[in-house]
Amino acid sequence: MLKIKDLHVEAGGKEILRGINLEIMDGQTSVLFGPNGSGKSTLLAAIMGLGHCKVTKGNIVYNGVDITNMPIDERARMGIGMMMQRPPNIVGVKLKDLVRVISKDDSVTDRANEFRMDNFLERDINVGFSGGEIKRSELLQLTAQKPKFVLLDEPESGVDLESIDLVGKKVRELLYEDSHCDLGKTVSALVITHTGQILDHIGADRAYILNDGHIKCSGRPTDLLKDIRERGYKECIQCRMVKM
Amino acid sequence: MQNGKDVKESLNKKANYGPDVNLDDYKVGTYTPEITNDIDDVSDDVKKRMVNVGVMPCKTSRSGTIFFIDNGPSYVSSESKDLELLPIREAAKKYDLSEYLWKAVDPGKDKYTSKTYLEDSDGYFIRVKAGKHIKTPVQTCMLLNRNKQMQNLHNIIIVEENASLEVITGCTTGKHAHESLHVGVSETYVKDGGSLKFSMIHNWSQGTHVRPRSGCIVGRNAKFVNNYIILNKVGSVQSYPATYLNGEGASAKYSSICLGHEGSDIDMGCLVELNAPGTSAEIISRSITLGGRMVARGRLVGRAPGVKAHLECRSLVLNDAGLTLAVPELESTVADVEMTHEAAVGKIARDQVEYLMMRGLTEDEAVGMIVRGFLEGGISGLPPELKKDIDDAIAKANLGS
Repeated sequence: MLKIKDLHVEAGGKEILRGINLEIMDGQTSVLFGPNGSGKSTLLAAIMGLGHCKVTKGNIVYNGVDITNMPIDERARMGIGMMMQRPPNIVGVKLKDLVRVISKDDSVTDRANEFRMDNFLERDINVGFSGGEIKRSELLQLTAQKPKFVLLDEPESGVDLESIDLVGKKVRELLYEDSHCDLGKTVSALVITHTGQILDHIGADRAYILNDGHIKCSGRPTDLLKDIRERGYKECIQCRMVKM
Repeated sequence: MQNGKDVKESLNKKANYGPDVNLDDYKVGTYTPEITNDIDDVSDDVKKRMVNVGVMPCKTSRSGTIFFIDNGPSYVSSESKDLELLPIREAAKKYDLSEYLWKAVDPGKDKYTSKTYLEDSDGYFIRVKAGKHIKTPVQTCMLLNRNKQMQNLHNIIIVEENASLEVITGCTTGKHAHESLHVGVSETYVKDGGSLKFSMIHNWSQGTHVRPRSGCIVGRNAKFVNNYIILNKVGSVQSYPATYLNGEGASAKYSSICLGHEGSDIDMGCLVELNAPGTSAEIISRSITLGGRMVARGRLVGRAPGVKAHLECRSLVLNDAGLTLAVPELESTVADVEMTHEAAVGKIARDQVEYLMMRGLTEDEAVGMIVRGFLEGGISGLPPELKKDIDDAIAKANLGS
């Protein structure tokens, strides 16, 4: 579904990603671990095509099409969706109006109560939203958008303990969209998480540790998370690099 | 009251702001009062121009309509016994208007008020009886029909004690009036417990100069809401309406939406004096500069304890030509006031456009949605027909789709 080859990306005049190689298969959920400032959000932004990231080398191929220089909206229409960690405030644009415009299913605004967002439909997008409200708003928008490949930047950050189950459930529904019984995920994902809490809800297939602009190692998500928790990033990476 | 001689001396007095207009370049507008109350007597072209400024050529959704062509009344229709709606010259024959005429606006303020005073201009007179609530809006329309003419009008609105009213007023030009001058003096009185919502929509030809002069006196616990919209090209508009909150607990809210096209000079200000305890005011200005000169001024003056006031000027600048100036001012003569302001001038934030593109909107659609939201966010309860006008203006000015 997604193949990234030798990707170098600059942001703010500084090289952040220095030769990323990554492949995500259909229906696969991959997880990105890494310390703050390692380049995780930059990788997601580069896949989405956000303007502050400049690809200086390498390419991104999505479903066989080179999207490295493709405008954001064309990527979105090809099925890529993103949940931002800190989306911008859009004063004057109501959440309801955006959801209606992007919705592939007219009933999504009627389902806002499932996201506990029914009282936010008339509000300006993200203006005065709490951390959890932002996540639920992003998920409502993504549910309307129905992407085939989702980029999730710390879906659980800033979410209170009561809401984490709701966020987890809605992310799960997004990934298992139109799937019945045990047919598996129909939507692929690349997820950034620090705590791993979201993994209790979605079950990831593969995890990577990103540090200093490189993917340092990969493995089973639960194994990597356990190592990081027990030894910290530095030792975990050293140990695994020796094994590799 | 100043005498005629004093006022005459003001005929050469320039306004404090905006480009000066030489009154001698314009003939005084024709005064041919041919009043009808049958809407079918109004020509289709005029009806079309009315609709473009929010004035509906029907009686069903309006409590009354009054219509001026150049300096004379041409159509009056009132659907409510609780409402008086007539030309001011007729009202002056019926009533002693001395406590209302030139009491909210100084006739010697500048050359435009002076000219209107000296011409003894006609205009509309609207009064709602005490305790009465007029359910649907009253609409007024001012059509400046002839080229190189000056339209002078003098209007009075009185909302008596505990009454309420909504007025929609549309001002526009006829197809031949390419270079004309509109001067409208409006004096408004919202008495104790009264409520008035006043929305003014301007749609002029691109060579028209416009100098409205407005004053409003608001009584105890009374409420005044004023909306102003100009979306099309104009020669120049300079306006600085003043509201005096003289009764305890009175409130005022001013909102304006302006597009400053290339070649247009819009200098839009607003003054609210909070003269009584517990009064409150809000001024919200949203403007977009497209190569014209766009000035947004606002001044709040706190003169009594317990007043609350906020002023917000936001401007989007969409190209490097033209000028954008935001001038927010706060003044207080007492300690116990809460007065704030914020002003922002800048381009459309790229991260906002990209956020909407991420959801599949094209860049044009994203810009259009942000601009529409920016403008509409300036006025709460915008009538649906005006929302359409904003959509049309955004499309016409190539501000996205």
